[in-house]
Amino acid sequence: MSIPTSSIEQVIPKQGAMAQPSAAARRRRWRFVANGKAATGLALVAGYLLLAVIGPWIAPYEPDARSNELLQPPSAQHWFGTTHLGQDVFSQILVGARGVMLVGLTAGVVATVLSVLVGVTAGYLGGLSDDTLSALSNVFLVIPALPLIIIVTSTITDAGDLVVALVIGLTSWAWGARVLRAQTLSLRRRDYVEAARATGESTWRIIGFEILPNLTAVIASGFVGTVIFAVMSEITLAFIGISSVSSWNWGTILFWAQSQQALAQGAWWWFVPAGLAIALLGTALALINFGIDEFVSPRLRSAGRARVRTADGHVVRMRVGFTPVLARPATLPPPRPRPEVVTPQRKEADR
Amino acid sequence: MSEPVLEIRKLCVDYGLGDEAVHAVRDVDLTLHRGEVLGLAGESGSGKSTLAYGLTRLLPPPGVISGGEVIYHPVDGPPVDVLSLSPARLRDFRWAETSIVFQGAMNSLNPVHKVSTQLLDVIRAHEPGTTRAARLARARDLLRLVGIAADRLDSYPHQLSGGMRQRVMIAMALALEPQVVIMDEPTTALDVVMQRQILGQLAELRERLGFAVLFITHDLSLLVEFSDRIAIMYGGRIVEEAPAGELYRRALHPYTDGLLHSFPALRGPRRELTGIPGSPPDLRAMPTGCAFHPRCPRAFTPCDAELPLLGPPGDDDPGRAVACWLHPAAAAVPR
Amino acid sequence: MTYLLRRLAFYLFTAWAALTINFFIPRMIPGDPVKSLISRYQGQLSTDAIKSLYVLFGLDSHDSIWDQYVDYWKQLFHGDLGLSFTAFPAPVSDMIGDALPWTLALVGITTLVSFALGTGLGVLAGWRRGSWMDGLLPATTFLSSVPYFWLGLVAIAVLAGPGSFFPSSGGYEPGLVPALDTIFLGSAVQHSLLPAATILISSMSGWILSMRNMMVTVAAEDYITVAHAKGLPERRVALNYAARNALLPNVAGFALSLGFIVGGTLLVEIVFSYPGLGFLLFRAVGAKDYPLMQGIFLVITFSVLVANLLADVAYLLLDPRTRKEG
Repeated sequence: MSIPTSSIEQVIPKQGAMAQPSAAARRRRWRFVANGKAATGLALVAGYLLLAVIGPWIAPYEPDARSNELLQPPSAQHWFGTTHLGQDVFSQILVGARGVMLVGLTAGVVATVLSVLVGVTAGYLGGLSDDTLSALSNVFLVIPALPLIIIVTSTITDAGDLVVALVIGLTSWAWGARVLRAQTLSLRRRDYVEAARATGESTWRIIGFEILPNLTAVIASGFVGTVIFAVMSEITLAFIGISSVSSWNWGTILFWAQSQQALAQGAWWWFVPAGLAIALLGTALALINFGIDEFVSPRLRSAGRARVRTADGHVVRMRVGFTPVLARPATLPPPRPRPEVVTPQRKEADR
Repeated sequence: MSEPVLEIRKLCVDYGLGDEAVHAVRDVDLTLHRGEVLGLAGESGSGKSTLAYGLTRLLPPPGVISGGEVIYHPVDGPPVDVLSLSPARLRDFRWAETSIVFQGAMNSLNPVHKVSTQLLDVIRAHEPGTTRAARLARARDLLRLVGIAADRLDSYPHQLSGGMRQRVMIAMALALEPQVVIMDEPTTALDVVMQRQILGQLAELRERLGFAVLFITHDLSLLVEFSDRIAIMYGGRIVEEAPAGELYRRALHPYTDGLLHSFPALRGPRRELTGIPGSPPDLRAMPTGCAFHPRCPRAFTPCDAELPLLGPPGDDDPGRAVACWLHPAAAAVPR
Repeated sequence: MTYLLRRLAFYLFTAWAALTINFFIPRMIPGDPVKSLISRYQGQLSTDAIKSLYVLFGLDSHDSIWDQYVDYWKQLFHGDLGLSFTAFPAPVSDMIGDALPWTLALVGITTLVSFALGTGLGVLAGWRRGSWMDGLLPATTFLSSVPYFWLGLVAIAVLAGPGSFFPSSGGYEPGLVPALDTIFLGSAVQHSLLPAATILISSMSGWILSMRNMMVTVAAEDYITVAHAKGLPERRVALNYAARNALLPNVAGFALSLGFIVGGTLLVEIVFSYPGLGFLLFRAVGAKDYPLMQGIFLVITFSVLVANLLADVAYLLLDPRTRKEG
């Protein structure tokens, strides 16, 4: 559940992918989808969204419906087996998708809006408001979020999906705010922003039209990161039995599996599908963020073919510092016998 | 003219492989003689830096050397084919024989190590037998050589000014007394006063130590003053090569002429400032024939079809070469 | 030094903020939570416990909120975190004191090892970009997306069980008396192997990925090209030039994400019924033992603050630029 440090923070202040808003940059924005990682991630997330919408309709059983087939391994009737009460795990997964996506996206939106408000304001206005807002976001960054979320939601009796989403959103905006503040600071000093200020454009117009469009990638990556965190937190809350157990999500399934000793009874089907569903969703979101990272920082893009055959017949990996020599023209005299390199020791002796 | 120290023959450098390859340097022939300053000028994107990084094999991926030879002649011993050295031998060769002063004075030094660490490690890597005290003494001498107090050895790069950092880089480049120093826009990031100071110091050091310099810049006015010979690059090829004074007095290639009319003369008769219309060619879609013809005020029949070969313009111009159809001796590049 | 002092001031401020949040959370609950707790425990709570609950929720409303706040601080300065009412009248501070060493050992050591190992592997993967290691990246992404606690469940299902070397729960062999002898320590280590491996596997991949990306980014810096041009040995370029610089943002990221990491690792304790803070928190949450929950939250926050301060010191030692400017 660690948050990988984004390279965006380190790379943007210097270079150009987002330096100037231009037609070419706008066109490049669409090329983002052509990135293999991003495309895979987007497709997977789209699949999850679809499940969130139609999941409850296509579920073969009611997730709460009990039957006499207790703790059955996967079969044609029950693809993912059944629980100790004979409930269909597959249906629970399908129905649970909605809660997971709803909470994840809501929390993501809340946190992103907050982080943009705090981060961009702090970065653009500077001075006292910057100090105050930075201190605020640093406090929220350092206080361990998950224990805080656990305590707050367990204090609120019968926290539903929406409450959980709000609590997560309100406690996890600080990371995004921090990155956005740094970016805004560097954008503020760019020539075209200075020019807009010199011509007397209003602060909010500059932020809305000159700065925000150039923060798109950073904001998007922050949003995706928060969604990952929100999904994990929500599932954690359900797993330790804090959020209400009446609605289904994948954490609830794991909660019942854990409390009914699914492990001791060898009922692997009870907890494996939910965990894989979470992991796949997390992977998909992480892939989108890799795509954004590579889009923003060209250095991270894989450089096409990594191996080449050189003139002396070896296959080498292309790397910094040793440019491969591919061929020598036929018009040149045949290569002479390998010459002796003057070694430093000999040179030293000359001195 | 003295003997050659570095010979570049038909060097081709590409970015990318196969059909996607962009040919950044094409068939470049260039010879650097012992102890001379050879200037290499051209607009950005003309391939001059690519040439420098290519011949030292420092070009990052996706750069590849797609052909040619680079021959280095040591003071004694047989010539060295740089492009066929194994990585281990290449590592020994580097800095000991050819050192480089890079474009970005600011980013050439490792920000987390002291100046002394960075000066000492290169000496230790190439002369493992020396003692630390001897290396330290050498580092002090080197700093003194470029006019920096020896106590700066304990400074970190961020504690030095831009000019000092570049001087540290020059000191480092001279640490192993190489025969060739390649300078890639060494003073571009500095203010004019600092530029003068460093160039003056460099000229003095060259007198004293006798290394040859390949000086790369987009600023032709600097070269006219500072170098012995000048080569002009355009679209990945050398288009003209001549002794500095002659090139300044009488440019043969219209591109050189345009470059010369892009800056005011410091001395001598006033010239009209005209510059060059248009912009440098896109390496992915080079014009047919001579790459300069779309911008050339004097283009005529063969220019858009045939590529002129770099060669002597006529009998009355020894030591000069130009690739232009205006000069009768020019020949077409065989297809 | 000014840099460190400023960070110290910031952490003091954060500590104050955390304590204040802690004070207000129970007071924000609508209705009468004590009544619902009393009915939940159906007469099992003593009058003393009920009284302390009213104080906790600020419902003994004779005092103003400010007086309550001052009292709260006074109590804290006496190290008094209140009384747990599930284990009434055990003081919360004692319960936390018993659990804290387990968490410090398990989470502290694994977090450090995971950072060190992950960073090392990231250096390799980033330096040898385009080698077979790139093929492993999707797998590490997947592993870092797996919830810690779920990986723990799988580990128990696959590796632990009757007759297995790995115990599936607890911090030491039941029946042993905690003492600093070889039998007890051996048992404690044996019990911590599986939880530690779980935390390692799922947290390490994050560091591999971020360090790899940092290495790739740094490898394009001018000073790396200079280092190659200087003909330095490959190892020196990779370690002293590339990795040394790539490490800086990774250490900064480490400090910043400590809060996230600790939150996740605490859950592993729950799965393994490990006698640390996470498991204690789990039990407190299940019993709605508010004083215990709050105490744990405070201790976790303070531990993270201290760890952050240490990470800052490390960063200070690594980056000469902060040393000067402060």
